Amino acid sequence: MAESTFRVWRGDGETGGFQDYTIETTTGMVVLDAVHRIQAEQANDLAVRWNCKAGRCGSCSAEVNGMPKLMCMTRLSDLPMDEPVTIEPMKAFPLVRDLVTDVSWNYRVKENIAAFQPREPDHEDGTWEIFQEDVDRVMEFRKCIECFLCQDVCHVLRDHHLHEEFIGPRFMVHVAALEMHPLDTGDRLETLRKDQGVGYCNITKCCTKVCPESITITDNAIIPLKERVVDRAYDPLAKLLRVVRRKGTPA
Amino acid sequence: MAEFERHEHDVLVVGAGGAGLRAAIEAAAAGASVGLVCKSLLGKAHTVMAEGGVAAALSNVDERDSWEVHFADTMRGGQYLNDWRMAELHAQESPDRVRELEAWGALMDRTPDGRILQRNFGGHAYPRLAHVGDRTGLEMIRTLQDHGIHQGMDVFMECTVTRLLLDGDRVAGAFAYDRERGRFQVFGAKAVVLATGGIGKAYQITSNSWEYTGDGHALAYHAGAELMDMEFIQFHPTGMVWPPSVRGILVTEGVRGEGGVLRNSEGRRFMFDDIPDLYKDQTADSPEEGWRYVIGDRDARRPPELLTRDHVARCIVREVKEGRGSPHGGAFLDIAWIAEKMSDAPAHIRRKLPGMYHQFKALADIDITKEPMEVGPTTHYVMGGVRVDADTQMSNVPGLFAAGECAAGLHGANRLGGNSLSDLLVFGKRAGEYAARFASENAAPPLDPEQVAAAERHSLAPFANDGVEGPYQVQEDLQKLMQNQVGIVRTEDDLASALEDIEALKERAANVAVTGNREYNPGWHTALDLDCLLTVSEAATRAAIGRRESRGAHSRVDYPAKDPDWGRYNLVLWKDADGNMKSRREPVRKLPGRLTRIIEEQG
Repeated sequence: MAESTFRVWRGDGETGGFQDYTIETTTGMVVLDAVHRIQAEQANDLAVRWNCKAGRCGSCSAEVNGMPKLMCMTRLSDLPMDEPVTIEPMKAFPLVRDLVTDVSWNYRVKENIAAFQPREPDHEDGTWEIFQEDVDRVMEFRKCIECFLCQDVCHVLRDHHLHEEFIGPRFMVHVAALEMHPLDTGDRLETLRKDQGVGYCNITKCCTKVCPESITITDNAIIPLKERVVDRAYDPLAKLLRVVRRKGTPA
Repeated sequence: MAEFERHEHDVLVVGAGGAGLRAAIEAAAAGASVGLVCKSLLGKAHTVMAEGGVAAALSNVDERDSWEVHFADTMRGGQYLNDWRMAELHAQESPDRVRELEAWGALMDRTPDGRILQRNFGGHAYPRLAHVGDRTGLEMIRTLQDHGIHQGMDVFMECTVTRLLLDGDRVAGAFAYDRERGRFQVFGAKAVVLATGGIGKAYQITSNSWEYTGDGHALAYHAGAELMDMEFIQFHPTGMVWPPSVRGILVTEGVRGEGGVLRNSEGRRFMFDDIPDLYKDQTADSPEEGWRYVIGDRDARRPPELLTRDHVARCIVREVKEGRGSPHGGAFLDIAWIAEKMSDAPAHIRRKLPGMYHQFKALADIDITKEPMEVGPTTHYVMGGVRVDADTQMSNVPGLFAAGECAAGLHGANRLGGNSLSDLLVFGKRAGEYAARFASENAAPPLDPEQVAAAERHSLAPFANDGVEGPYQVQEDLQKLMQNQVGIVRTEDDLASALEDIEALKERAANVAVTGNREYNPGWHTALDLDCLLTVSEAATRAAIGRRESRGAHSRVDYPAKDPDWGRYNLVLWKDADGNMKSRREPVRKLPGRLTRIIEEQG
């Protein structure tokens, strides 16, 4: 049993500031436990978003001592507890109140990404033959819990606010999962180049560093997508072939 | 009603976990206009936490499996209190529902010949659970979410329904608030599907998230629907017990499916000490036979760790009570031991149970490939819920449907692991289909301004109170009460005094005062959730008092044996004209001969 101080952001989009709360902490506590204790004992209306408290739903994203984290998976024993622990909301999204941000932009972005389109089934009963090695690559992307910490830390969104032009690392991973899905026949490369800003990412890998699911976002998702887009759009030979093919196809 | 945001839909689905999403997809496919209300952000519902897999007799791993075997397993697991028709539909339709997920983009672990892999689980005769490592729920909810958002439904995120609106006896819509701004939303609908999940937050130690406050159960009950089987609450045998802040977080049954064993402080595999008669013929005699089962020997029988959850939980409680527990009051769950049997055990464990590996490493400093975990029971699931028609999922309130955990019938006295995800798919689809049909056959009912005004007054009451009672204190006291007195092992005295205490808590809840304003105010939300929690707590307690026997998840110290007479009844609860909770014994529907024969053939 020890006393610790937490410096928590309180306020809405217009006014606000940090407020210190001192509470008792116990063995094994995570940051979300501390927030809940503050909420129960000192600030009933402290706004925080959370669900599973087990690192599986991706709801309790915030910045702890300046680092984008899931509060439920950040243990106090891994933080310097001799000084106040700073807890503040994500910065890449509009603030609703206290630790809660408006992440609805992410949901709108996803709606605009072309849905999964499977090839014809392999068997008469409507099933496909898919081998483990066909799915292993995509499984990494499908681990994503949509915590949006990668979006929070991406400078294109966080600092340059290019939300209208760039879909961000989360949705690069989503597109990669669809493009590399063994059954998918959709083609999202042209949209990725023209409307979704694949070129904006300059591979600083900040997103990869903060991913709580350890998805190798930049190397395994974004770079291969960039390569596919480049191969398609800028390879002179491919371009020539496309022109020839187009001319050869009856209208 | 100008001051409210108004929405009109053919079908309103309340809850966006597996059942709600599946219902919404089906209703939209039938041409209905669909509103989908979720208490959290889309894709965060409790389904995301499901780990082990979805049960379906695909027969990909063992061709002896069939819907008939799955049906018989489900009935045996539920101690024959299940609604036979739901168990039949579930077993027959779940393979198609799983294959359909694949057509919508889900990717599950594969067999060597390129089909969906299936794993062993408690109470299932053959490897039956389609899965993705230990994150099956995430794969399922993301697949439904990503498919659903392209089907043209209106999604209302972070929106909580506090009242159903009625037109006479029929459902007419719902009253809700949005978390972000606290604005009131009035939904008019021809049909409403409740898919709100469970009631775990009525307990102190639970694997459930904050949302699980019994909303659908309570909404339906107050709208005149009947609840059934509320005495049957599943305490999952393996939750984390240490450190204190993670107590209750789920440790998947998949650990035992992959060969994990339970030991007490003396190192003894105590599950061999007590094997129920109903399962004697199906359970291994020796650790050696148990291991052969795990690695796929078709002649071997299941290790006793894979007995049903109710039984395993009670055995752990017994070991702790008799002084053979682990240091923090649980038992040891050991998967690391399989290193004796396989050379690449650590890599195998990390591949099959990546979430568990990460969870223990990050939260408890335990490397499960090297050391045992400490586990103990955690409130996990409620078998009871809204009483519905098996085929259509409609309650006794016309136009009001329920599916998934908030509906009763499929699981009887105890649910088998893996049968919840398949439940969501099978009956989510059916609820959506029949709700859309109901909507097409019935005109939009009028909304009663009086009911809307009353719902608003009810929602705003905590701001008007000037008492000192805070919402969190009442919630915590209720959780302690339910944990200690309506828990795994029950007695008449405890239950009777619990009922009195619940009445006292109701009075305290009515006086709860909240501070701040309506914008994203968790204190206010907790105050409103209390109503639902108190309703379902009362229901669980009354039903537990009523059933004077021990069966499945309901265990009475004063009536320790199964009573054949009680085996012929479900307990049904409803609200009478004076607002009191009433109960009656409802005969279990008699099985048709074809299903009796299946059960007999399966031994």
